[in-house]
Amino acid sequence: MEVKLKQVIWNQYFDELKERYIIYAPVCKKGKGKFAETDVIGYDQVQLRKEIVWDQKSYFSPKEMIFPIRETLFRYEEGRASVPEINHKPILVILRPCDINGIEKLDCIFLKNGNEKDYYYERRRKLVKFMMIECTEGFDTCFCVSMKSNITEHYDAAISFKGDEIFINIKDSELVTDCLKNAPSIQYKPNFIKENKVKVTIPDVNKVTNECFQNPLWTEYAGRCIACGRCNTSCVTCSCFSMQDVMLSDDSAVGERRRVWAGCHVDGFSDMAGGHRFRDNKGERMRFKTMHKINDFYRRFSSHMCVGCGRCDDVCPEYISFSKCINRLNRIIEEVDHGE
Amino acid sequence: MVNNPFLPKAYEILEIRKETEIDYTFIISYKGELVGGQFMEISIPGVGEAPISISGFDDGWMALTIRKVGRLTDQVFELDKGDVLYLRGPYGNGFDLDLFRNRDVAFIAGGTGLAPVHQTINYLITHPDQIKHLDVLVGFKTPKDRLFVDDLNRWSKSANVIVTVDIADEEWKQETGLIPTHLDKLDLSQVEEKIAVVVGPPIMMKFTTLELIKKGFKEENIWVSFERKMSCGIGKCGHCKIDETYVCLEGPVFNYKKAKKLVD
Repeated sequence: MEVKLKQVIWNQYFDELKERYIIYAPVCKKGKGKFAETDVIGYDQVQLRKEIVWDQKSYFSPKEMIFPIRETLFRYEEGRASVPEINHKPILVILRPCDINGIEKLDCIFLKNGNEKDYYYERRRKLVKFMMIECTEGFDTCFCVSMKSNITEHYDAAISFKGDEIFINIKDSELVTDCLKNAPSIQYKPNFIKENKVKVTIPDVNKVTNECFQNPLWTEYAGRCIACGRCNTSCVTCSCFSMQDVMLSDDSAVGERRRVWAGCHVDGFSDMAGGHRFRDNKGERMRFKTMHKINDFYRRFSSHMCVGCGRCDDVCPEYISFSKCINRLNRIIEEVDHGE
Repeated sequence: MVNNPFLPKAYEILEIRKETEIDYTFIISYKGELVGGQFMEISIPGVGEAPISISGFDDGWMALTIRKVGRLTDQVFELDKGDVLYLRGPYGNGFDLDLFRNRDVAFIAGGTGLAPVHQTINYLITHPDQIKHLDVLVGFKTPKDRLFVDDLNRWSKSANVIVTVDIADEEWKQETGLIPTHLDKLDLSQVEEKIAVVVGPPIMMKFTTLELIKKGFKEENIWVSFERKMSCGIGKCGHCKIDETYVCLEGPVFNYKKAKKLVD
C-alpha cells in the first residue's frame, strides 16, 4: 500500500499503530549528552509522535531493542531455574536503512552462527517490524554506500516527509490501519542515498594476509585508543556479551544469570581464569575489531559486518576514525600488492 | 518447551579426586555421547559459569578436572559428593579417534593441558591394537603439580611416558626442564609419519610446535587444542573468536596448518 497522508491522518495513524505496537524510535534524551547540560539522541519507547527525532543520527543504535544491554537469562531459586517472560506486544522500530542492514548482521551471529539459535534474541526479534526512515542525505561520518548498506528492501513500511505531506509505503498488511482506508493512493518507493561524503575502499579479502597483522599501522592505535569501548557500544553490529552471575539473597538460595554487552576494545575481554589473556595491546584490539568488521565476518556470511553508520567515528573520545583506518589498511595492502 | 541452549541442567557429583592442592577431578553422573577433547560449560547459578575440558568419561559418568583459580572454581571446590554441578554442552569438536588409527602417536601436554587429552590417551592405552606406537610427554611446574599420577604410572607400562618438571625437588628422579628440550626422547624413527598432539599454555604450544617442525614432523600431522575465554560455547558471545574462526564451534582441536595462521 502506497499512500500520502496529511498531518491529521498521520497523527491518527501513529496513534493507531501505538495501540498495536510498542514503538521504538530515536528521541532526544535531555541532559544525557556526554557534556554537562547537553542532550543525546538515542532509542527509546515513544508515546507521542512529536518525541521522534527524524532528522538526526542517533548516538546509540537500535540494537538494544532486540539485544538489551543487560538481560536476565534465568533466575534460580531452590534448585529451579525460571526464564523471565517478556512483553509479547509486537514492536515497531523506526530506523534508517543502515540499521536494518545492521540488525541483519546481528541475525547472522545470533541465529545462524553455529547450530544453535539464540533463544533470547530470537524471541524478541520475532516481535519486531521495521518502519524505515527514507535517508537520502546521510550525515558527516556515514559511509553506508561504500558498505552497500545504504539500500534495503527488508522494511515493513517506509516513510518520507515532503513538506506538509507524509509518504508511506507499507509492505506488511498488519501495519495498515483503519485511518488509511480513505488516504489518497500514490506511487511511492523510498529513495536511498547514492553518495556519502566519506568513502571507503574495503581491502579484497583474498589480499588480507597475516602480514597485515604485523603492520605498524596498528601500533599507532595502541597509543591512541583508551579502551573505553564506546565504538563497541554504539555499533549496531557489535554482538559480543559476557555472562554475569548475581546472588540475590544472603543465603545463596536465590540468584540470577545475566548477559551483558562486552566489547573487544575493553580491558578483560579475553581474560581467562589463571591470568592468560590475549590482545593486551590496544592496537591489537583495533586490528581485531577492524578485521572482524571488514574481513572475518565476510568469510563466514559473504557480506561485511560493518554497515558504515559512522557511529564509532562520532563517539570516539580520541577521534579515531574507523573509515580512515579502513582506507589506510587498504592503501597498505594495495602497495604491498603492487610492490610484488 | 522451546530449545534454550543457555539453560544448564543439574548433574550429581559421584566422586571427587584430589589431583593436587589446587586441581580436583569431579566425577559427574552423565549419560550421553561424548568425544575426548570436548568441553562443558560448568556453573553454579549466582556464582558464575566457565568452560572446562572433559578429562574422561565412560558409561554413566564424565570427569572434569578443575583448577581452583577464581570465583566460580573456589565455590566448586566447596562442593561435596552428592551435591550437584550445573552443566550445558558438550561443545567443540574433540579428538577424532580415526586420526590415530594405525599411526605412531605422541601426546605432548603441559600442566592442565593434560586434562583435555587424558581421555584420548586412556582410550589408546586400553586399545593398543588401534595404534602403532604411543609416546606421552608431559610437563608440570613442580612434582607437586602433577595430575593423574596413578595414570601416568599405569601408562608407562605400555607406552613411552616422559614426565618432566620445571623445578625439581630433592626426591624427584625423573626429567627436569621445559617440554621442548625433551622432544628427542620421543620415538622419532618415523618422524615424517608421526602424529603429535600438543596441548598446554599458549607459549608452550608455540615453542613445542616450532621445535617439532624442526625435528621433521609434518605440519598436517600436528594437532593442538586451544583454550579461550568463552561465555556461550555456541558461537554467539564472541570471546573465543580468532580471525573468522570460533574456537567453540570449529575447535578447540585444530590441525597445526590452520592453527599457525590464527592470530589472536
